[in-house]
Amino acid sequence: MSEHIVSVKVYLMIFVALMAGTALTVWAGLQNFPGRLNVIIAMTIAVIKAILVVLYFMHVRYSSHLIWVIFASALFWMGILFALTFSDYWTRTWL
Amino acid sequence: MAESYTVEHGHAEQGHPALQHHFENMEQQREAATLGMWVFLVTEIMFFGGMFLAYTLYRSEYPAAFASASNHLDLKLGAINTVVLILSSFTMAMAVYSTQVGKRRNQIISLVLTLLLGVTFLGIKAVEYHEKYVDNLIPGRLIPGRPFDASGVHLLPGALKQNVEMFYWIYFAMTGMHAVHMIIGIGLISVILFFTARGRYGPEYYNPVEVSGLYWHFVDIVWIFLFPLLYLLGRHLEH
Repeated sequence: MSEHIVSVKVYLMIFVALMAGTALTVWAGLQNFPGRLNVIIAMTIAVIKAILVVLYFMHVRYSSHLIWVIFASALFWMGILFALTFSDYWTRTWL
Repeated sequence: MAESYTVEHGHAEQGHPALQHHFENMEQQREAATLGMWVFLVTEIMFFGGMFLAYTLYRSEYPAAFASASNHLDLKLGAINTVVLILSSFTMAMAVYSTQVGKRRNQIISLVLTLLLGVTFLGIKAVEYHEKYVDNLIPGRLIPGRPFDASGVHLLPGALKQNVEMFYWIYFAMTGMHAVHMIIGIGLISVILFFTARGRYGPEYYNPVEVSGLYWHFVDIVWIFLFPLLYLLGRHLEH
């Protein structure tokens, strides 16, 4: 896969989006949303920001499939870490 | 029958001086460097993942105590640091871009800005740590004469004083490890800046700049998660 040079315009757009995300997350953190909505909103914004950084600043969007697989493996093992731990903690009270 | 081999060592005639002899060409060398860095970053994700897991577990155990302890953090400084770090990620991306298009002056300016922003982040972090020190919120008995004391923390309904300390253990472990990564990143960028000034990197060869950039952005991503999780989890419960 040949190199792809991301343009300054794209970098600027991502930067503005990340700033907007930061402002939004602070605003949302100060609002009293019902139930667990506060943490859901905060994490959704954080995940979107992280995806923007990974795809554009870290060039994954323009990288080979091998890089995608390596990155996906990290998420997969993180999933195992959380799923197995919480399948224990959340079910302890069932006994 | 005598067979003679000529073992090719060093570089092919048309090869770039930075091309190492175990790679076919610059393209393959760049792919290998990027891939290697990503494999390393996967181990880093797992490393921080363990701490995020600890955070999630204890937060679900002691939600009110965590919210109370979090509200004592300085939201303004945390938010400013988020802006500083995202800006530094942007300047780092610009450093890689300037290298790719061969603009040496912009390359150096971007790297210097990234360094300055990184140091600013650590400076603000130090101010925050000092505030915690003054408020006796360094967990355990690590500081002589200043054992952990949660009496300055305003407790929300349902929060138990003895559970506040766990938040601060996790806060210092996570922001501390993040700060260590920042220091390593600043070291990396200093080296990159040194060799950039000597003209080592350009459109043909920029692996070290690209790879250091990946590391810097990764550290930025960790903070993107740390900021809402540590600073913003209980603000809406006050008043």
